[in-house]
Amino acid sequence: MMEKRFVSIWFRYLLTDWQTLRRPELKNVPFVFTGKDGARLIVKAANPIALQEGVTAGMPAADAKAIVAGLQLLDERPALTGKLLAAIGEWCIRFTPVVMVDMPDGLLMDVTGCAHLWGGEPPYLKEIVTRLRAAGYDTRIGIASTPGAAWAVARYGKNGPVVPPGKQLEALLPLPTAALRIEPQVQLRLHKMGFWQIGSFIHMDRRMLFRRYGIGLLDRIEQALGFKEEVLTPIQVIPPYQERLPCLEPIRNAAGIEIAIGQLLESLCKRLHSEGKGVRAAKVSCHRVDGQVQSIEIGTTSASGNVGHLLGLFRLKISSIAPGLGIELFVLDSKVENAAQEQHALWGGGTGAGHAPINELLDRIAGKIGPGVIHRYLPDAHHWPERSIRKAQSITELPAMAWRTDIQRPVQLLADPENITVSAPIPDYPPMNFIHKGVLHEISKAEGPERIEQEWWLENGEHRDYYVVEDREGRRYWLFRSGHYGEKARFNWYLHGYFA
Amino acid sequence: MSKSSADIVNQLQAEINSIQGYKPAEAAVCRMGMGPVEAAFPNGIFPEAGIHEFITTCREGSAASEGFIAALLAKLLSKGGVAIWVSISHALFPPALVAYGVQPDRIVFINVERLKDALWVTEEALKCEGVAAVISEIRDLGFTESLRLQHAVEQSRITGFILRKSPRAIGSAACCARWRITPQPSRSVAGLPGIGYRRWNVALDKVRNGNTGNWLVEWSDSGLQVVPKETGLIIEERRNVG
Repeated sequence: MMEKRFVSIWFRYLLTDWQTLRRPELKNVPFVFTGKDGARLIVKAANPIALQEGVTAGMPAADAKAIVAGLQLLDERPALTGKLLAAIGEWCIRFTPVVMVDMPDGLLMDVTGCAHLWGGEPPYLKEIVTRLRAAGYDTRIGIASTPGAAWAVARYGKNGPVVPPGKQLEALLPLPTAALRIEPQVQLRLHKMGFWQIGSFIHMDRRMLFRRYGIGLLDRIEQALGFKEEVLTPIQVIPPYQERLPCLEPIRNAAGIEIAIGQLLESLCKRLHSEGKGVRAAKVSCHRVDGQVQSIEIGTTSASGNVGHLLGLFRLKISSIAPGLGIELFVLDSKVENAAQEQHALWGGGTGAGHAPINELLDRIAGKIGPGVIHRYLPDAHHWPERSIRKAQSITELPAMAWRTDIQRPVQLLADPENITVSAPIPDYPPMNFIHKGVLHEISKAEGPERIEQEWWLENGEHRDYYVVEDREGRRYWLFRSGHYGEKARFNWYLHGYFA
Repeated sequence: MSKSSADIVNQLQAEINSIQGYKPAEAAVCRMGMGPVEAAFPNGIFPEAGIHEFITTCREGSAASEGFIAALLAKLLSKGGVAIWVSISHALFPPALVAYGVQPDRIVFINVERLKDALWVTEEALKCEGVAAVISEIRDLGFTESLRLQHAVEQSRITGFILRKSPRAIGSAACCARWRITPQPSRSVAGLPGIGYRRWNVALDKVRNGNTGNWLVEWSDSGLQVVPKETGLIIEERRNVG
């Protein structure tokens, strides 16, 4: 069996780092979080500047204020630590699938078989620390074959973070007693006897240690050395719909990738089929030999359990995977939904094929060009032409109101109305002719005006008087005059659309 | 008993037609209601499983073509299914389609930027079951691309409308028909002010195995109708009655 390896991460200033991230102006100011302890206000956490000046956690807030001039007191947020650690822990899943919250100020990760993907333990640890520091958290880290030893090295180690396999004892010997994660009273009793370092008592007779200091100390020693298992509960994030395919030989070409994805989809869809579910989104992560992960994602408009279709969507993206020296592990994560009921109401009776082929077509389009190119429009309750339609939320959404049949609308609507010069005989009469882009159009027939008011709750401005006009050649236009005749405000004429 | 040569020619033509994707008349065939225009096509049937090319040179012309296509689309959608409207220019205003009997929410618009994407979507859509028609507004269509589209529809029997706006060169394309729609002055409805029914000059410049022609077509409450060129009186009279 592979040697277990654990990483312990210590967030020295977790709460204050978080506060500084949210309020950068606190960066160079001493501040502490305070909370009630009975009637007294005491310091719960202090930032590095305050700590340097002598403030410690557990000190009465009044004393802390007396020590540090200008100390800022902030109210403690009791549940925050756990939430923060859980969130950071979830982020750390990129480094290993097994991450645990280690209250009150750390994370513990089972990294067995992970570090080599980053090129060994030192670069692996460096990556973790650098990224967490970049995110604004001061961290210390340790790696060892037991959680206890990793914890100790992360907090008290002086010779680098790596404890080689089987060297837990050597690593612990020079560390202070507190590095064993023991209760303060036990620690105090050890100190009274002059045992400041682990090395000064760890070789003593076990029965004697048990008699004087209790079972707790023995357990901690055994755990740190690896003679006793610790029960660990990881943050549960392993997706329920995940398929993994490790490869004996690294895969380096597109055909191989396609076969692998096909196999993953086969086993996923088999399971989904029995549960009456379908895929809405899926991601294939390709873990390369050199530790890099390449991934491709697809989405569908409705839950699909069709292997051929899903594979077709992936096939459009396989070319974006760079296999490098080879892919050794494929992981398929998917978001599933209950398989959709056929909605016959939408496409007016349907042709018997249902919606599956159309949904699959739209998925292919979204996969190749992007979901942003697909539009469906529904009528909206606005008079203003540009606002009279809205985009449908989904491909199956039905109109909430009927399309208006009582008004004429041009087949082509200009996004920006174009200026025209108009001769009109009398106010509120349709124009006799207009010049658009230097071409004179003589109007032979016209209808209007249809007055469209600004929707003042949305926008201010002039109303528009629309005319449908036909010129001598039979070409039809939608013109409007913005504003009233005869008022001192100027009015303008615009061409806004073309009729068929 | 020997057949006359005309019979033999007709029979051969029917065979060629069926090979080329023109099925003989079926009960379910979709009549466009434009008698003389449809008569120009083989067997006198509007070819549904075919690519129809529309050429326009100006905005007014493409608007007219869109109106004409929408009127045909209403017929095609009446059997169910959905239409895919692919466009590079994104100028169509969906509420206008209501006037031609098309529910705009039955259309999925694919607004792309590149010709390459538009052609890819068009071809994929033309192969897709459940699609009643595909309208594609593009500028240029090469022969090879048109051949691919025509092959796609001969399998799926979907109608494809390729609206070519101001093409650089018309060239030859493997389409079953090439249309040119131009707006024409409407006739005022007797006694009523304002604008009459839409009128277009519908030119069939090329018809595979059929006859070209040129008609005046009117879009009224009763659908697409060919207007006798000289008078246009028949329509007018009926309007007065109804």
